[in-house]
Amino acid sequence: MIIEHLKLSEINGSLAVIDGVSNPSYEEMATLHLDDGTTRTGRVVKIEGNRVTLQIFEGTRGISMNNARTSLSGESMKLPLSPEILGRVFDGLGRPADGLGEVFPLVRRDVNGAPINPVSREYPRNFIQTGISSIDALATLIRGQKLPIFSGSGMKHNELAVQIVRQSTIADSDDFAIVFAAMGVKNDVAQYFRSSFTSANVMNRVVMFLNLANDPIIERIMTPKCALTAAEYLAFDLGKHVLVVMTDMTSYAEAVREYSSSRGEIPSRKGFPGYLYSDLASLYERAGMIKGKKGSVTQIPILTMPNDDITHPVPDLTGYITEGQIVLSRDLDSGGIYPPVSVLPSLSRLMKDGIGEGYTREDHQPLANQLLATYAKVQDAKALASVIGEDELSQSDKQLLTFGKAFEKEFINQSFTENRTIEQTLDLGWELLSMLPRTELDRVDDAILDKYYKG
Amino acid sequence: MSENKIYGINGPVVTVKGKTDLEMMEMVYVGNSRLVGEVIGITDDATTIQVYEETGGLRPGEPVFSTGSPMCVTLGPGILTNIFDGIERPLRDIESVSGAFIAKGIDVPAVSKDKKWQVTLKVQEGDIVKGGDIFAECPETAVITHRALVPVNISGTVTKCVPDGEYTVDDTIIEVADNQGKVHNLTLSQRWPIRNPRPVSERLPSQKPLVTGQRIIDTVFPVAKGGAAAIPGGFGTGKTMTQHQLAKWCDADIIIYVGCGERGNEMTQVLTEFSEITDPKTGKPLLDRTVLIANTSNMPVAAREASIYTGITLAEYYRDMGYHTALMADSTSRWAEALREISGRLEEMPADEGFPAYLPSRLSEFYERSGYFKNLNGTEGSVTLIGAVSPQGSDFSEPVTQNTKRFTRCFWALDKSLAYARHYPAINWNNSYSEYLGDLADWYRDNVDKDFIKDREELCAILAEENSLMEIVKLIGADVLPDDQKLIIEIARVIRVGFLQQNAFHKDDTFVPLEKQFKMMQIILYFYHRCQEIVARQIPISKLTATGLFDKLVKMKYDIPNDSPQMFDELKKEIDAKINTILR
Repeated sequence: MIIEHLKLSEINGSLAVIDGVSNPSYEEMATLHLDDGTTRTGRVVKIEGNRVTLQIFEGTRGISMNNARTSLSGESMKLPLSPEILGRVFDGLGRPADGLGEVFPLVRRDVNGAPINPVSREYPRNFIQTGISSIDALATLIRGQKLPIFSGSGMKHNELAVQIVRQSTIADSDDFAIVFAAMGVKNDVAQYFRSSFTSANVMNRVVMFLNLANDPIIERIMTPKCALTAAEYLAFDLGKHVLVVMTDMTSYAEAVREYSSSRGEIPSRKGFPGYLYSDLASLYERAGMIKGKKGSVTQIPILTMPNDDITHPVPDLTGYITEGQIVLSRDLDSGGIYPPVSVLPSLSRLMKDGIGEGYTREDHQPLANQLLATYAKVQDAKALASVIGEDELSQSDKQLLTFGKAFEKEFINQSFTENRTIEQTLDLGWELLSMLPRTELDRVDDAILDKYYKG
Repeated sequence: MSENKIYGINGPVVTVKGKTDLEMMEMVYVGNSRLVGEVIGITDDATTIQVYEETGGLRPGEPVFSTGSPMCVTLGPGILTNIFDGIERPLRDIESVSGAFIAKGIDVPAVSKDKKWQVTLKVQEGDIVKGGDIFAECPETAVITHRALVPVNISGTVTKCVPDGEYTVDDTIIEVADNQGKVHNLTLSQRWPIRNPRPVSERLPSQKPLVTGQRIIDTVFPVAKGGAAAIPGGFGTGKTMTQHQLAKWCDADIIIYVGCGERGNEMTQVLTEFSEITDPKTGKPLLDRTVLIANTSNMPVAAREASIYTGITLAEYYRDMGYHTALMADSTSRWAEALREISGRLEEMPADEGFPAYLPSRLSEFYERSGYFKNLNGTEGSVTLIGAVSPQGSDFSEPVTQNTKRFTRCFWALDKSLAYARHYPAINWNNSYSEYLGDLADWYRDNVDKDFIKDREELCAILAEENSLMEIVKLIGADVLPDDQKLIIEIARVIRVGFLQQNAFHKDDTFVPLEKQFKMMQIILYFYHRCQEIVARQIPISKLTATGLFDKLVKMKYDIPNDSPQMFDELKKEIDAKINTILR
């Protein structure tokens, strides 16, 4: 028998309080039936005796103390899953949004997931070729990695994500799937991704979870959880290699902040709650591979840095959790370089074990080190040139500047449809380094230089 | 005993209404699924409990079971090579119970109850023993002998001993009758509350360095055995890499590696890598001397707070056996954030940036558990603490970094711009420091070379001078500097690239013995002095660069193997020959 509670005792922001609930359980789901016939979904977020606080996903607008009947479901939020979800579009709470009807569930999974036991994890070492030189050579994507794109408003992060999805050789076979989660992005962006997936002819392998900019904010908190639950199911139950694209994590974090402040929690930096780190980690850590299972979950979260500030709490905490980051640069973007990857702060932590002999090529690591070390020197030379003028620079600094320009124009820059193999990328790197005298290359040992240096 | 029932639930914080007989900091089991928790607040009408597991699905009215003792860990053979969660539950056993994902309310013993250890008795009937004494030994791994200690609160006469042989951790090894005539059965294992430091006889001065094989640490900013060091750095600056390097190569007997709120894949990496790499000193896998504590960032936050204490308690236990232990905590900021999160749930008054006001005192309590000690049983042992700090927004003025700085004497500041240029370890030599240098000077003089400290000072002076010259170079370029200053810049480059920068992936360069470190430093300085002769004779510095000696010195870290120090003499001869040609 389902008991309905006729009254609410308090409404505040997205929270509603009910008294006199018998035997509630923490985090269980509730349904609110409004007098006008609509329903809303809520979740128990606090219990004090028989007084229960509900978080209402669709917001509390239009709810009064007396016009809603609440029933508790007795279980936490579960996502219905089956292989049919491929090709479907869901809303932020995992309900079908494409008019194709409910999913007939084979299993129902708790959206909060459970942490993967570190002992059961398989250390990721399989290189994914994205065909983009700046990523493949300098911040290599590894299967099972979480590698976010740090961008800013107006930069081409969506194009980059689409190019990665399209060109990635994520699986040797056909066993791959894409899970796309949109949190608070504009309709156009969601449409762009959808049409790109369609034109790349992969739409039947995509699962989309859309919470757009005009959708309820609290729903947004559940969107990545639903998406990752679906991804884990595809990867670890069905054995697929899953690439999860989540955009925009900043909107997600802002939704968490909004919810936190409505609960009256003590804020830490910039008003974000103190548990933002744990909260983001509970999403990002769901990437990985498990021993003895075929599939993998690779994450590419996209976040926009407010005011291009990399020390803002969202990029900052993200960088501490993820295994590296791809940072886009406003300067390169306005200089017409695509993709505008700022290679110095970009990094892939799993790169070191997934490249080199047997994976990509023996010279990959030294070449990457040398390119980055030299490009760092280019920045110093540029700074000096802006003070004393290029003419006054020493010969070696002038050479560095020429190298820097060529590096940006030929190596970082490539077209939206250009798909370079790793060999092409590495050879291009050596071609550029060969512009410099051999003595400048102090990160590479002689055997490698003898083989690849052409200056 | 009255039954305690759950009243309120808010994240990891659970309250019990009314007066209870629960004690402060007592360990409890919460709910029907018996989640592990700890009492953190008692008022006359409510008791507050923090729960170390996810609380989803708990209902008010479910029971809270008292255990009568504070949060404890089990100490005994079987700890080494194991990987635990934050409250000492072995993750391998959890895996066999619940599969690849960690389920809730799993109760598994910390150390295997079935495994038999080859025990050798160290006491006989009639002996008088006191707390901390060693009564038996067993080989725990191929390299470490486990010494069973008499619990610190027991002393008396041994009334019964078993013969040498194979026993499990629960078998009684000896019986001790105390002076009240009460008989205690001692086994190989014992329990200890994690928040209490294990007692020692006395604290000794730390006068030996923890040799790590990393040049910037051993030569420039050394840490003593029993010292405490902090590694602060923004993301991507290499905190974890540095911690891994230290865990691999430092000369402590036992390594406790605490992954506190960090990435799951990193712990997997440590686990696989440490079972593959062999320790050069023993020829056995590094894992044989290592304990891992993994509380990754998505595991429950309260257990993250406990993981640091679990780690240090294990370190102290092995110290009591007479071992030198080192604890790597990665990262203490996550621990501080766990404190903040729980403090927020308790609605305590926040201090700086939302952190609780007791943050500094908790940090100081933790770091003071390091030290070089004489143990109760007369052996000497040490606990070295190396804590990574992840400052928000790479801002070193935030509370965790600042308070850590107060309680550690060694500060290895990681620098973003060095990391961007892939200069690893990215320890910035201008704002790092070690206060242990004075304490260790005698050891370096006696064990490495009498000139070691003097040469180190000169090396640092060159770097400092380069730093101030770079201010000028940034404004007007290097070309206008006089030759003696150009020389400083060139030599400093050799020091930076050839000495401070170290390649963790190169088979020789990943660990460099002190002797080679000293020879490298010595030859760089020798070369510098010879170059000064040339500059003094007004010979242009371009003649020097043409010799290729600068590049030769930069690459000597790769060209000269660790076991061929005689090659430095050849290098010296080459320097002399080339410089004498110029001088002629």
